Amino acid sequence: MSSLDPSYNAVMARKNEIMKSSLGLDYDDFIQSPIAFNYEGMMKATGFSLEEIIQIQRDTKVGNTPLYVLHNLTEAVRKISAPGKGASILLKDEAANASGSFKARRASISAYQAQIKGYQGMIAATSGNYGAAVASQAAQRHLKCIIVQEVFDSRGVGQPEIVEKGRACEAYGAEVLKMSVGPELFYMLLRTLEETGYFNASLYTPFGIRGIESLGYEIGNEVRDRFGRAPDAVICTHAGGGNVTGTARGLLAAGCDSTRIIACSVDLSGLHMASDTAFNRKSFTTGHTGFGIPFATWPDRVDVPRNAARSLRYMDEYLLVTQGEVFYITELLAKWEGLERGPAGNISLTAAVALAQEMDENQILVVQETEYTGAGKHHNSQLSFARENGVEIRRGDPKDDIPGTTIVIPERLDQVHGKSQDIEKLRRSYLANAAKNYPVENWTANDMAFLAADVKKETGWLERNLPN
Amino acid sequence: MKTIPTGTWVEIEQIVLTPNQRAEALPEDTKKVPYILRVSGFLEHDADLGEECTIRTIIGRLLIGRMTQVNPGYSHSFGKTVAELLSIGTEREK
Repeated sequence: MSSLDPSYNAVMARKNEIMKSSLGLDYDDFIQSPIAFNYEGMMKATGFSLEEIIQIQRDTKVGNTPLYVLHNLTEAVRKISAPGKGASILLKDEAANASGSFKARRASISAYQAQIKGYQGMIAATSGNYGAAVASQAAQRHLKCIIVQEVFDSRGVGQPEIVEKGRACEAYGAEVLKMSVGPELFYMLLRTLEETGYFNASLYTPFGIRGIESLGYEIGNEVRDRFGRAPDAVICTHAGGGNVTGTARGLLAAGCDSTRIIACSVDLSGLHMASDTAFNRKSFTTGHTGFGIPFATWPDRVDVPRNAARSLRYMDEYLLVTQGEVFYITELLAKWEGLERGPAGNISLTAAVALAQEMDENQILVVQETEYTGAGKHHNSQLSFARENGVEIRRGDPKDDIPGTTIVIPERLDQVHGKSQDIEKLRRSYLANAAKNYPVENWTANDMAFLAADVKKETGWLERNLPN
Repeated sequence: MKTIPTGTWVEIEQIVLTPNQRAEALPEDTKKVPYILRVSGFLEHDADLGEECTIRTIIGRLLIGRMTQVNPGYSHSFGKTVAELLSIGTEREK
């Protein structure tokens, strides 16, 4: 145990030194100003080629997951689309990875790095599938594992999905620190890193993000081999930005530079993410706007000095769907396609139903993930829990959905619309956040070039959109 | 005589931060309550429920806290049937 001062302010003040020793990566090597840093240099500093990443992942049961054509769903979408419209919908069954989600890709490289650098164990702070992924990868590499997880409200009640994810971490041999609601999760992570000297398997290091590149790479190569064209669009659930970033980078590595990258999240607007009472009124614990919007508009709000997950750098469009729409599509995936998968993994599939209708019949739209399902991580568990917590559940038009109050499950496929999020507004909001961190009058040509690339725009656009 | 023997799998609770030690800028409802940790492990010595005790976690760390559960398990489930889901994708909704 550490003899250092464990108070909140004291631990937070030691953040930088804790980070440095728990990652073996010195961010000062890449930081150029309070805004700009050498992003590609940082990604390269992992020291792994994409081929090496694929090999590391193969050794611990990650990757090479099936890519299915969803024939019945595609046909149903064509029936409600204008003539000639309705892209083929393909689904990458990431539930087939060890631990049951794409997060295994993200954890695998961190676990390898922790092992070769001689760390005794690894730690991650997460309430998502990532915990199980870290635990599963750590187990295979003989590393101890601690997962710090936000689990219960002040009544001691935990959302069934979160409880299940904690159980999965324990099933893979991890020690799970189950915390009550609050952003102090980060403090707890730092304290535990300091006490143990373990590796920080943060979601946002270059190791984590480079691990996801294999996902985009597999999709790009397989679609081209089987269908003779690159995917026209790939749709990724967006929360912290890693899924979008890693997948897009992998597609680029596979030469798919004209594939549109579509991000999507569940709309939970109006629910405060750090609120004790709102905690159990949401039926999605990740992949929602409570993470998606703040992380897109300021990626560096994370547990490492610079975030390797930079979603606006890669996304072309951003769609929001409702909780009810996702539950409807999750049920259809089982009934029509014979695949029972967890709802949080079907956020992008839901957005795909809306998007495919606007694309041509000969085009290919890839949904890049699924996740495992089971007790707790099932749409019936979620809805049953929501009902017990006073949320109204009914069939109807999903536009009447009110997060935390009413979940409206569509009555027909043609009611699944999603809604487009204004991405230009997000880009301007990112710039405003950058200006808050470092005043515009200090921005150099290098800062401007960095910011333009970070929102997938030219410097001319940036100059026209400078914050006041 | 203590009722829970050494080696039993138990859950402990720690108050990590009292309300006035918590981070600033929390919503009002969160600010009012302490920040709490629960963790499971094997009891290092005989003890009673509700008493402070030491556990050895599954990875071998020693942690101290108030015992809140003996043989903590999981009871999450698929929930009560939500009838609104049943007919989705079936003949009834063609």
